[in-house]
Amino acid sequence: MIISIASGKGGTGKTTVAVNLALALEGAIPIHFLDCDVEEPNAHLFLHPEIEHSEKVNLPVPVVDESKCDGCGKCAEVCAFNAILAFKSQTIVLPELCHGCGGCTLLCPRGAITESPKEIGEVETGRAGKIKFSHGRLKIGSALAPPLVNAVRRTADGRGPDGGLVIVDAPPGTSCPVVASIKGSDYCVLVTEPTPFGLNDLMLAVDLVRELDIPCGVVINRAGLGDDTVSSFCSGEGIPVLLEIPYDRKYAECYARGGRLVEDFPKLRDALCGLWRKIAESSGADRDGMVRRREMAEI
Amino acid sequence: MKELLVISGKGGTGKTSVVASFAALADSKVLADCDVDAADLHLLLSPEELESHEFIASRLATLDEEKCIGCGRCSEACRFGAIAMADGYPVIDPISCEGCTVCSHICPEGAITMVDAISGHWFVSDTRFGPMVHAKLKAAEENSGKLVSQVRRKAREIAERQGLECIITDGPPGVGCPVISSISGVDLALIVTEPTVAGVHDMERVLDLTRHFDVNAAVCINKCDLDEGNTERIEDYCCAEEIEVVGKIPFDEEMVKAVVRGEPPVARVSGGHGYVEGFGSGHEAGSADSRKCSDGKAAQAIRRLWDRVQDRLWQDADSGE
Ligand code: SF4
Ligand code: SF4
Repeated sequence: MIISIASGKGGTGKTTVAVNLALALEGAIPIHFLDCDVEEPNAHLFLHPEIEHSEKVNLPVPVVDESKCDGCGKCAEVCAFNAILAFKSQTIVLPELCHGCGGCTLLCPRGAITESPKEIGEVETGRAGKIKFSHGRLKIGSALAPPLVNAVRRTADGRGPDGGLVIVDAPPGTSCPVVASIKGSDYCVLVTEPTPFGLNDLMLAVDLVRELDIPCGVVINRAGLGDDTVSSFCSGEGIPVLLEIPYDRKYAECYARGGRLVEDFPKLRDALCGLWRKIAESSGADRDGMVRRREMAEI
Repeated sequence: MKELLVISGKGGTGKTSVVASFAALADSKVLADCDVDAADLHLLLSPEELESHEFIASRLATLDEEKCIGCGRCSEACRFGAIAMADGYPVIDPISCEGCTVCSHICPEGAITMVDAISGHWFVSDTRFGPMVHAKLKAAEENSGKLVSQVRRKAREIAERQGLECIITDGPPGVGCPVISSISGVDLALIVTEPTVAGVHDMERVLDLTRHFDVNAAVCINKCDLDEGNTERIEDYCCAEEIEVVGKIPFDEEMVKAVVRGEPPVARVSGGHGYVEGFGSGHEAGSADSRKCSDGKAAQAIRRLWDRVQDRLWQDADSGE
């Protein structure tokens, strides 16, 4: 089963919920944690994984063989991203703009274009206690997060460890890197805060998960610090509020120093186990957390 | 004309509250919200929309089933996994489609054409603090970078036409495509961070980015009293990297309350009747004066921050060029 943790707005406590959910369930069920926020990965700061394997992720970008190129300009005409410019005298590739679609290589009538790998970041995999861990790190200056997110997602086999769980920590926002992170999830937890910012961005996130047809529930973090418009929105839309984490300066301080909430505050461990039970129940998994996938149930 | 970009790497560090405060404090400016994914600035500035434009960007592959012979070459050519073959015919997933057009070129029957799709909207609005350009990308869309460029282009045009002195931009989180589109050619990138392990980590990555693109940077630490140790770490790092820490804002619940009221934290509402001057001069609500003052500790710190940012904006440019 794949649960993704997302939020329209950044800084609402997405990573906190993802990390502490993983820690609360550690040992009880097999877990693979994927930090898909490749632009600003943070989960490792709390989980301190031991990295066992690291791999560069490349994008194939075109290289033009000047001796074969006759300046026909087909490549530039094909490229939807203005990443290749054809002049009479030479053809210039702008690798930062290239999406690696392969169009120019495929369609060059002279066969003058080949591809060479350009590094866009790296994926690291390891272990944090009993939790399997993967994350990606976008190379500074590289614009394209989705291919790297896909590479992080590929480190998890299928729907996760047998009878276990893949927890995806998604990046903030609602555009392509988020889609790449949460696509195909069985459930999406949207973390928000009870302020107009939180509400506005939650509505955007709800639009997104509905578009992707993923069931969702909400966690309200820092409850009590703002107003109650988020709760009324949720009840109006029929979206379950799975958990409210009250605002407490002690939690904020624990987070600030990289601490683990479930270890310092046992109450929160229970709360997060409760969160998992609610999700598991609503997705047809059984009580003690062993997921019975729908396919298996049908056999 | 100067361009100030406010970014943070990590979301939720208080970037938008800082921008909204600058909006209230600056004299001659246009505001730009480049966080097109999850734009929030409008919630604090209550803009009145003057113009709304469709943003047409991503071109979507569409199949003409009459022409398709089911050869499957489109599916093979698509590197984004957007074309699956089902019952011998291609099915295009609009969410995965990057709009690269390869399938439309490769199809021997000309059965795939690219159609324009509305990816979002952008707006020109009026706020009580001046003109504002903002946008809304539709959920699950690409091309946030292009929309950012569009917002910036319009903001620059307005600034030039109206002879405004600066553009204050609320930037997107992260270090990817929309941030890169926001950062090119700005006069100063102000990084709002917080003293948490994640805040420190993300600030370091954003500073790598400003260095990569050779952009002037300065740092502001929000909620600086949350963790003294991390605040020191940030200051030490910045000192070693020769990045100025231009401001420190203490945690103040007033910041959250201002957001709930839909106000920049430096503004203050009196008894629901509108704004009052911090010095009790008795100006009426809606007066032309935009310098509404709050004397909370965060608001004071933000005012000092703005003074320093102004110095940097105008002095860096003079010494740098
Ligand atoms: S591979 Fe695709 S995106 Fe890259 S230059 Fe060629 S046509 Fe453009
Ligand atoms: S336009 Fe490109 S991404 Fe979209 S379906 Fe065609 S080949 Fe795939």
